[in-house]
Amino acid sequence: MSKLKSTLGIVAIAFITLTAVSCKDSKKEQESIDGHQSEMNSGEDHSKMNHDNSDGHHDGEKTEMAMGGHGTSEAVLNDYFNLKDALVADDNAKAKELGAIIATSFGNLDVSNYTDAQKASLKDIIEDAVEHAEHISESDIDHQREHFKILSKDVTDMVAITGTKNTLYQLFCPMYDGGSAWLSMSKEIKNPYYGSKMLKCGEVQKEIN
Amino acid sequence: MKILKIIAIILLVAFVGIQFIPTERNQSDTVPPTDFMLVHNVPETIQNKLQVSCYDCHSNNTQYPWYNKVQPAAWFLEDHIKEGKAELNFSEWDSLSSRRKKSKLRSIVKQIENGEMPLDSYTLIHKDAILSKDEAEEIIGFITQLKNSL
Repeated sequence: MSKLKSTLGIVAIAFITLTAVSCKDSKKEQESIDGHQSEMNSGEDHSKMNHDNSDGHHDGEKTEMAMGGHGTSEAVLNDYFNLKDALVADDNAKAKELGAIIATSFGNLDVSNYTDAQKASLKDIIEDAVEHAEHISESDIDHQREHFKILSKDVTDMVAITGTKNTLYQLFCPMYDGGSAWLSMSKEIKNPYYGSKMLKCGEVQKEIN
Repeated sequence: MKILKIIAIILLVAFVGIQFIPTERNQSDTVPPTDFMLVHNVPETIQNKLQVSCYDCHSNNTQYPWYNKVQPAAWFLEDHIKEGKAELNFSEWDSLSSRRKKSKLRSIVKQIENGEMPLDSYTLIHKDAILSKDEAEEIIGFITQLKNSL
């Protein structure tokens, strides 16, 4: 009788082990499916957001830029400004969403119309920016701001190549991390590195265009 | 009593059973020319520290202690190594552009400054991987200097 029990036990354990292993695999599969889904979702969010902006209901500064189409540097810039506004508003959750969105728009940036040297630089910028944007999509707000600093540099370098039809301002906060810059459509200082803690810290460094 | 015995047998069988599930080993005999240590002139003390504190999860060669060849510890480690190498792989350092290198160096400094790396779960077992305040400062100083020179 006890032999029968232990045999049953062994069979049960073998079953559990196999299930555990297959779970491990299916978890990975699930993850990759989720990954696809979130990509798709962010695509939807994207179009929604563009819509919100064109309505002019945005709570940050006016981002009434003429909307660039899919895969353009104007689309990246638009997403960047939205992300900046979320950080200005100390909104961690929104910045996460927008981090995922700008990762997608950077990834979709079409570089085919540039010279080979420009293509190489842009690809480099894109690779770097996507990584920082992905980190922003999954971090607390302090980390988001750290990554936003480098993302700002990437976006600035992108604009130096692609240009933009709007006038941008490079603003500079001398206090954050030994001095940090960001881009804005407006001269008005609204600091994304400190948010409400030090909203007015910063100065106009340069006008772009 | 009998039930205890059965549970013990079950656990033992499960333990032995999972040992047969293969894991991917992160080991390599050669140090590729793209390795961080070969590309940059890294002082020896810092080399040793990076080797012990970082390379297990951030290079193509992990020094496995015996217990990490045993399941389920090996699974736990495998995931960490995969994740670690995706973030930063010192073995393939030189394949990064200088923009990417600067970016990575900056993250290294931040992670050490904030005490996020090496991971607590790692230093819990690898006591020698813990960075003392002086060691951390030394590494941060070196990495910062390197970043500014790129």
